[in-house]
Amino acid sequence: MLAANFLLLAAILFCIGVFGVIARRNAVMVLMSIELVLNSVNLNLIAFALMNDDVDGQVFALFVIAIAAAEVGVGLAMVLLIYRNRKSISLDELSELKG
Amino acid sequence: MTAVILAADGVNVAMNVGFGIIAAVMIYAALSVVSTKNVVHAALWLVLVLAGVAAQYILAAAEFVAVSQVMVYIGAVMVLFLFGIMLTRAQIGAEQGLNNKGWQLGIPVAVVLFGLLAFVVLDFTGTDTIEQLGLGGPTELTGVNNESTIEIADRVLFQYIAPFFGMTFVLLAAAIGAIVLARKD
Repeated sequence: MLAANFLLLAAILFCIGVFGVIARRNAVMVLMSIELVLNSVNLNLIAFALMNDDVDGQVFALFVIAIAAAEVGVGLAMVLLIYRNRKSISLDELSELKG
Repeated sequence: MTAVILAADGVNVAMNVGFGIIAAVMIYAALSVVSTKNVVHAALWLVLVLAGVAAQYILAAAEFVAVSQVMVYIGAVMVLFLFGIMLTRAQIGAEQGLNNKGWQLGIPVAVVLFGLLAFVVLDFTGTDTIEQLGLGGPTELTGVNNESTIEIADRVLFQYIAPFFGMTFVLLAAAIGAIVLARKD
């Protein structure tokens, strides 16, 4: 198969994730879109590991998986905190830091 | 796009077909994640995307990463997401106002970004093909191709031991931080 197949699929997933981050208002949906982006990066790393016949890419992918798990935990805790304080998780209503 | 995906170069047609089917399912599921009106449905579509990614890892001869993907993402992260959805939502069913007001702006951004990425990828790889699957052949001892898992363990515990310990501290800090943030007091 072509080496570009995995990379193009990862690019498509990345762009869909970026669209989700831009378009969504619900904070949980934005976190899901970020998961799409992180998974596309992992797919790229695995594809590079396959292309170079080296497992360094797989090791990096494992690191990314661990960091993504930590990110989701902290992110959802923050979303819960925002929901508890404001009874809403719409991101466009969070404007306290606006100057 | 499909022409590129299905461009069988005579090396491994089954791999191409499997890749195409899984990729189509993944793209449809990912589009559903960012376009559905129901938050719970979005989480379930995301499960399909993550499972597709795991299948692609197996196709790319990365079994250990595929199993890690299934355990960490589909097992742990999705449970976290479902808890997050159910703790922050009042209603079950379709919901209004999930998108921003100017959400259409995301479409040209995504399309332009994909054009740029596709140009770079095609410029970088050209007509390179992946001919040999797997890192090393089957071992004599077990007859199973588990060389890459052994190699991953070697790399993580020798060459990348310092980032590995750093990652453990990041996970510890994230767990403690999540507890501190979400705790009621």
